[in-house]
Amino acid sequence: MTVIDLAQTDVRELNRTLQMAESGSFEVRHPGGAHALAAGLTRPVDVTIDGHAGYYCAGMNQEGIVTVSGNVGTGVAENMMSGTVRVRGDASQSAGATAHGGLLVIEGNTSARCGISLKGGDIVVGGSVGHMAAFMAQAGRLVVLGDAGADLGDSLYEAQIYVRGTVASLGADCEEKEMTASHQEELAALLEQAGAIADAAAFRRYESGRNLYHFNIDNAGSY
Amino acid sequence: MCGIVGLYLKNPDLRDRLGAFFSPMLEQMTDRGPDSAGVAIYRDQASDDDAKVTLYDPDPDFDWDAVAGAASSDLNITITAERVSSHAILRAPVDAGALRRWIETNRPGLRIMSSGNILEIYKEVGLPADVLARFGVPQATGSHAVGHTRMATESAVTTEGAHPFNTGDDLCLVHNGSLSNHHRLRDWLRDQAGIAFQTDNDSEVAAGYLTWRLGQGATIAEALEAAIADLDGFYTFAVGTRDGFSVLRDPIACKPAVMAETDDWVAMASEFRSLAQLPSVDDATVWEPEPATVYSWGRA
Repeated sequence: MTVIDLAQTDVRELNRTLQMAESGSFEVRHPGGAHALAAGLTRPVDVTIDGHAGYYCAGMNQEGIVTVSGNVGTGVAENMMSGTVRVRGDASQSAGATAHGGLLVIEGNTSARCGISLKGGDIVVGGSVGHMAAFMAQAGRLVVLGDAGADLGDSLYEAQIYVRGTVASLGADCEEKEMTASHQEELAALLEQAGAIADAAAFRRYESGRNLYHFNIDNAGSY
Repeated sequence: MCGIVGLYLKNPDLRDRLGAFFSPMLEQMTDRGPDSAGVAIYRDQASDDDAKVTLYDPDPDFDWDAVAGAASSDLNITITAERVSSHAILRAPVDAGALRRWIETNRPGLRIMSSGNILEIYKEVGLPADVLARFGVPQATGSHAVGHTRMATESAVTTEGAHPFNTGDDLCLVHNGSLSNHHRLRDWLRDQAGIAFQTDNDSEVAAGYLTWRLGQGATIAEALEAAIADLDGFYTFAVGTRDGFSVLRDPIACKPAVMAETDDWVAMASEFRSLAQLPSVDDATVWEPEPATVYSWGRA
């Protein structure tokens, strides 16, 4: 375990060290809400951030395993390609935005636009998500153990959404769909992978109604 | 982009270090607003019948004692002036409105930065660290402070265009965001409600709007609730009040905000890094305020 103290080192030096490492474990102390911590990893290094992180923490992650003990700011794991990012606290807006792959676990709550434009990654939220979660999400899965805010899944494409609690409202063209045995099985496997203790049978499933899937001028009022 | 911060010290034992806690918070927001900066400090409350007014003139050698002397003889009271860099504090045993009216009538060239009996507002063009040092903020004592670092988008980089904006006695507003209906609202407030504006700044319109609502008898919480319907655009507001401060974000939550609270203090900032230096922050409750929800803290 290598300890890097941001009270002694700047973020650029930290990220250079993490990005150069082939493997190994790193602990980052005194993050102080700094931005872009552990961004741009391309190898299976294990990074623990001891405290609160700022914007774009673990952004563009590829193969990295990043754990944050506190909260994160806007855009955690944005455009993640693979690997695992775990946040023990809460996440601010746009958590996991445009993620193509990998697993993002938020043990607390997220605010608005969690999983916006998701392109294939998986997001598991232990608490609740704010408004417009999974907005325009194209592929991948968003799992919410708590409640979802207004306009869930607005303008959804092929992403799957599972919510255990209440949904304040569904966004345009997002519909509740049947929870089949195969969906339950798939969800149970994802919950286990995320270390989330929840019964897959207790979730509802939401998907695109595919009415707004292709732009049609007659639907302009529905967007 | 701009940065906003607010700090209220619940524990009176910490109040001799308000500026020491507050200044690093504002300085952390330099990346979000390097154009200009401003602070509102609540300290040294005058008695209820006395006035405290902060004034600004760009002339560094401006004769503030002459203004105090002329107002003293006209109003037949003793008014003192204390120079604080490009600003000055006038103190008078008179209603703040009476002193303000005298200045508006007799010294129309002066900018009234704040009026009331506890609030002081200082703002200037320049890097936040320089502005803080210029007004001695790191040494300031007091119960609470609100601050702003500006990256101008809607109007010119000037001292008058910097925040906070005074919105009535001992009230001030700082704004991160941009309003889209400020032209029409400014016209309406000026023509229909008699509110005066000093700049083309959109945030000043939000301050004028709150002034108008408060003048109609609304509480600050009611005025902010009404703002959700009447102001169009992006905003996180922090409003300094005599007793503390309030926070409001627009319904879409376009602009960031984070709150933290311990037994000793409550603080808000655009980003957590502004709060990271506060004492015992590791034990604080930290959360993101909900959109379209008014939060208020203070003694009240």
